[in-house]
Amino acid sequence: MSAVHRSDAERVVVTGMGWVTPLGHDLETVWSALMRGACGMAPITRFDARTFPTTFAAEVKDFDVRPFVRDIALHQNAGINSQFALGAAAQAWRQAQLHQTPPANARRVGMYLGAGEGVIDTMNYLAANIRSWDGAQGRTDGAAWAKLGHSLLQAAREIEQEPNMPLAHIAREFDVRGPTSNCLTACAASTQAIGEACSILRGGEADVMIAGGAHTMIHVLGVTGFNRLTALSTSTADPTKASRPFDMTRGGFVMGEGAGMLILETLEHARRRGAKPLAEVIGFGSSADSYRITDIEPEGRGAAAAMLQALGQAGIDPHARGSDGRPLVHYISAHGTGTKENDSIETLAVKRVFGDLAREVPMSSVKSMLGHLIAAAGAVEFITCVMAIERGMLPPTINYSTPDPECDLDYVPNTPRASVVRTCLSNSFGFGGQNDTVCVTAFEG
Amino acid sequence: MSVPSRRVLITGVGPVSGFGIGIDALWDGLCSGATAIRPITAWNASGFSSTVAATIAPEQLDIRAIVPKSYRKATKVMARDIEIAVAAAASAVQSAGLVTRGTAEGATPTIPPARVGCQIGAGLIPADSDELAAAMQSCQTADGSFDCGEWGRTGMNNLTPLWLLKYLPNMLACHVTIIHDCQGPSNTITCAEASGGLSIGESMRVIRRGDADACLSGGAESKVNYMGLLRQTFAQRLARVPAGGDGAAAVRPFDPSADGTVLGEGGGLLILENAESAKSRGATAWAELRGFAATQCRCEDTVGVDLANAGEDIAAAVEGALQQAGVPADQVDAVVPMGSGIACVDAAEAHAVRQIFGSRAGTLPLVTVAPQVGIVGAGTSALAACVAARCLRDQRLPARLSTRGSAKLGVDADARGAVDATLRHIVVTTTGLGGQSAAMVLGRTA
Repeated sequence: MSAVHRSDAERVVVTGMGWVTPLGHDLETVWSALMRGACGMAPITRFDARTFPTTFAAEVKDFDVRPFVRDIALHQNAGINSQFALGAAAQAWRQAQLHQTPPANARRVGMYLGAGEGVIDTMNYLAANIRSWDGAQGRTDGAAWAKLGHSLLQAAREIEQEPNMPLAHIAREFDVRGPTSNCLTACAASTQAIGEACSILRGGEADVMIAGGAHTMIHVLGVTGFNRLTALSTSTADPTKASRPFDMTRGGFVMGEGAGMLILETLEHARRRGAKPLAEVIGFGSSADSYRITDIEPEGRGAAAAMLQALGQAGIDPHARGSDGRPLVHYISAHGTGTKENDSIETLAVKRVFGDLAREVPMSSVKSMLGHLIAAAGAVEFITCVMAIERGMLPPTINYSTPDPECDLDYVPNTPRASVVRTCLSNSFGFGGQNDTVCVTAFEG
Repeated sequence: MSVPSRRVLITGVGPVSGFGIGIDALWDGLCSGATAIRPITAWNASGFSSTVAATIAPEQLDIRAIVPKSYRKATKVMARDIEIAVAAAASAVQSAGLVTRGTAEGATPTIPPARVGCQIGAGLIPADSDELAAAMQSCQTADGSFDCGEWGRTGMNNLTPLWLLKYLPNMLACHVTIIHDCQGPSNTITCAEASGGLSIGESMRVIRRGDADACLSGGAESKVNYMGLLRQTFAQRLARVPAGGDGAAAVRPFDPSADGTVLGEGGGLLILENAESAKSRGATAWAELRGFAATQCRCEDTVGVDLANAGEDIAAAVEGALQQAGVPADQVDAVVPMGSGIACVDAAEAHAVRQIFGSRAGTLPLVTVAPQVGIVGAGTSALAACVAARCLRDQRLPARLSTRGSAKLGVDADARGAVDATLRHIVVTTTGLGGQSAAMVLGRTA
């Protein structure tokens, strides 16, 4: 129960959710897969990655955007991330019953996404670069590049790579005319989008916000970039065992892709139109490490600051127990990438926040099953929190076998767990030091 | 609806443009009627339809001299956009008279780091073609295609391990927050030309909700590279300027004959500060950020290249900002629109000005800087906000170039010299490719 009193106009509730993930394209399918401890990882099919240090990823399979949109002609050139975004947004819009009673005033509907850039036209783009190389000068020849670029690359495909294109597609599909924005803070983006969307609702700038994220980096230069950073798992023997968050033998993250979308609205607006709240967002925290471009601040200062800010906004004392004797936070959806550094520092940060109670707060990483959806990860993980509240089940961290003394919390190892869940934190920490946490709780009238 | 209680002041401005770093360089250039648009000489641009840009000369932006000595090594992994943001941050912090880790390592910062946020608009940063092409030379097939197998085996190792980090859009804010030790909320907004304006609006929210006392806020970009020029050409936004052509004359905002814009490098960061924080440290404000609003334009083409019918949506953003500011339209004395010279965007902006200001539209001065500094991508509205702040402080409007016959669009944007003017409030509005529209109202403080 939140200690912070807010009016119905300042309370933000979730009324719709949707996702497109490596384990399916609807709420029930994905949730039941998570409850089985299923894993979405397999060899990469998008390009020939057999010689790459990492040969596998968690790809979205068999996704067709057409059933999700009213007129495919509006989205003819949509890139894959925009397609994921449309699929997830359509599910959320429908669950919120907005397809039956569309908002009366489009200016009161806004959107805040944390969507990634589109997929580059890899082979043509790289061919333009290779062929325009002037060996004698040791640089590309601009005139040659221009000629190749104009002939090999296509206008629509280039424009669709702008990171605000998922926003444009969703806006056109649902006639969104209020405040819209897209942030791209690496792996923290869609958690940040949810938090800022709430801020826009509370400030009275909109009644309804579509919030979430969409991304894929499963392409040649995406995998190259993360391989060069040695951030990806290279456990090729069995991709389904490659993502091992919090385990002693963890060796990096596994790339996923997809989208997660929410319909957020003020409680006042939800009540007025008779929409059923699925959960309430009661806190958001955002901080910067301001430490190093490659490393996380080793004491977990930034991560702890984000969690504390979210708890503070929610009016929750992390050191207090509820009437049931448990800590007031019942589940943390960890950032839990499965890199050495993230998991131990996130653990440290949770201890900084919850002190002696830290071991009593279950924390799992669905990235062990879904992979890391990069900019879209936070929104998908937020949805798992709402599902945990609704179903009374905690998703597990799979592939957990060897305890790490630096990771000594309750990670819900390997099997889902029944639990009365009221309040959750969802953590996302981005490359570059942005830390974001959202606090979500069961809706109480 | 909660009433925004905290006032937000602009206590520092740090623009970067083809005129150089800092507000004085920009202002002097704008008022003198000069242009920073010149032929692109750093590389051979003759194959593009636009061969000019308002670039920042190397002697104007020496990134190693701008960052603290201990941070020089990190300049190796800064794409051009990051350099511009880092330069803008240094200028803004100095302009506001703030002590940070970046201005004096070890000194006590003026504002506690946990209370300083950072919101920066950024573009889609392309990889450096020279670097990528050099790394790929061993990875081509006989017909000049990319050999993916060889790339995975050996080629990718030619790239520096931190290669990806040069190009992530959030690295602008990452470097800026590290240099100046900003530990508060930090975000990167990627909505094309509206990015800077949306960032400023978000900083305002962050300060008003009490999550920070001050924010470094704005945007920065350089699209003056192969991919940037090509994509803008594809989006039909650029004026044709063949080699030897006159770049400034090619950009004619609100001229009935306008047919495209010219790119620039730059942007700006502003210091937005809670009025109480500014007061307690005795800071002088350039202007007050009174109101902000954003809208999404309805785009028939979905993706927002064709914005011709966006006038009503832009007007709604401006009206929202005026309403939040509590400023009636008749107390607005100038507007800084995007003023790009892209015909469909000009038409939409002119429509919005006519809709809001009615009979005053024809005499309300528009401030158009594109013929002088180009359109600077994600930095566009931040640069515009810096200009508006200076206009308010100096009670003066800069020169305008190139345009004739803007009365045909019902607006006042024709070429003329700098003039003194009584300026109470200025509206800044920008609409980006993709259809996001951001508007803000700045008020005079002095």
